[in-house]
Amino acid sequence: MLGVTPDEVGIIALSLRVAFVSVAFSLPLAILVAYVLARFSFPGKMLFDALVHLPLVLPPVVVGFALLVLFGKHGPIGSLLDEWFGIVFAFRWTGAALASAIMGFPLMVRAIRLSIAAIDWRLEVAARTLGGSRSWVFASITLPLALPGIITGMLLSFARGLGEFGATITFVSNIPGQTQTLPLAIYTFTQVPTGDAGALRLSIVAVLLSIVALATSESLTQRVERAARP
Amino acid sequence: MIEVDIEQQLGTFHLSVAFRAEAPIVGLFGRSGAGKTSVINAIAGITTPHRGSISIDGKSLFDAARGIDLPPEVRRVGYVFQDALLFPHLDVKANLLYGQRLRAATEHFIDQEKVIDLLGIGSLLSRRPFALSGGEKQRVAIGRALLAQPRIMLLDEPLASLDASRKTEILAYIERLRDELRIPIVYVSHSVPEIARLADTVVLLSDGKCVAVGEPRQVMQRAELRSAADRDEMGSLIETRVVKHDINEKLTTLAFDGGKLLVPLLAERLGERVRARIQARDVSVALRRPTEISILNILSGRVTAIGSGGDSTVDVELSVGAAGLIARITRRSQRELHLHVGQDVFALIKAVSFNRPSVGYA
Repeated sequence: MLGVTPDEVGIIALSLRVAFVSVAFSLPLAILVAYVLARFSFPGKMLFDALVHLPLVLPPVVVGFALLVLFGKHGPIGSLLDEWFGIVFAFRWTGAALASAIMGFPLMVRAIRLSIAAIDWRLEVAARTLGGSRSWVFASITLPLALPGIITGMLLSFARGLGEFGATITFVSNIPGQTQTLPLAIYTFTQVPTGDAGALRLSIVAVLLSIVALATSESLTQRVERAARP
Repeated sequence: MIEVDIEQQLGTFHLSVAFRAEAPIVGLFGRSGAGKTSVINAIAGITTPHRGSISIDGKSLFDAARGIDLPPEVRRVGYVFQDALLFPHLDVKANLLYGQRLRAATEHFIDQEKVIDLLGIGSLLSRRPFALSGGEKQRVAIGRALLAQPRIMLLDEPLASLDASRKTEILAYIERLRDELRIPIVYVSHSVPEIARLADTVVLLSDGKCVAVGEPRQVMQRAELRSAADRDEMGSLIETRVVKHDINEKLTTLAFDGGKLLVPLLAERLGERVRARIQARDVSVALRRPTEISILNILSGRVTAIGSGGDSTVDVELSVGAAGLIARITRRSQRELHLHVGQDVFALIKAVSFNRPSVGYA
């Protein structure tokens, strides 16, 4: 279909893996941060909020550079992770996933936070008086009621991950088979005189993936909302 | 026995309330903003007072001096919120079982079938909260709180959002809770008729302070109550007994030591004690016993006090036998009748001024 080459299939698979992994690993933290921002006030909350939103407003190249400095092989965090857990981000697909996760994080937190803030907090109080511990109430009341926002947040972060370019190329470079995701491959095609056909093919694939992601999230959200309303 | 002695600062509002009450139903009464909800929030552990103690049947839930502050989930209080607060993502059955599942089986003493039957919610079990009426929601909320096996029920104006006929219905269910499950209830309300009908002990709150505790009849007549209660709601309570049902006329006769009252037909059996609430504005005063008049209840009494009133009205207190009655009349009538303390008068009350919520089990 579309005359996609085996190399390009690899690129698509890598892109999907990067986006999925970034969403899966950032989701729990995003839910926690969203809950804290929606339900608690504490000194320094503004600063914390700004920090979470930083990737949204910074140039992606700056985020990529920061990642390179912090998570590079000799960076303060990167070297420790390598030493203790053998986890290496630099110039690996995991680094691309980390960059995607960080760029998508504010979008995910925002969507989830809004849906948690929309839940009447007294429902949580009612559940406590009925015998639910704080964590059980969170799992049985807050999470299910925030589900539409969680799905939206996952979609936004997933789409951001599929399209992530600047931070990725700065942090993990553009290595075919390793870190070359869809946008990087399209960019590479446009850099050679004969690459237009390849760029078009991959662009069509990117459009299709986005449509599928959007449709999936819409139908999930509708199913959740139908379960809760008439 | 519920014992509360707490002090709490809530923004600019200072709550300082102390009372102890041993009664099936304790009425927590006062204007909105008097601190009623703050008191039950503290009992439930939703907010923390900065000083004092709270205990139920000797079990300490909160004691600042001893460093006791049980979290809400282990206090075992059945809190029914003004707007029910059912969980929208769960059906009625799952709402009902939410708390029951969280209590150990050894703590279960209120039976699921019994509660469902008592509250008449058996046909609603598979429905979602959005598909329930206001009264149904409130019944499910009461059931949900009961099945969490509480030591005490806290009802926060459970009738506030309901229309008159739903109110009567829920009142009857609350009376069934008291009689059949024998669970102590703290009933919060700013409505005189509800408190008059239900409460065995009334705690009167005003501006974050407890200004009176006692039997409803005494507390309702207290001067503090008059400022706390809505002026329109002002009235008196008479303890009576059902002596006759006239099925043809659809009238019931209630007797008390000051005479008899005819009211629209009640369901209570002969001999049962019934508390009748008579609003001050429903009582007229005459100097001679009127004849050829539609009013069925004409009681002879004596003026015991002439209280304060509004711009154009005055509240005249009467003794009718051992019972007290308040009549709200215009200042003009008072002047024209030359009403004064010690005068013998007749109190006139229309039978139709009694409606179901104003007459209840004593």
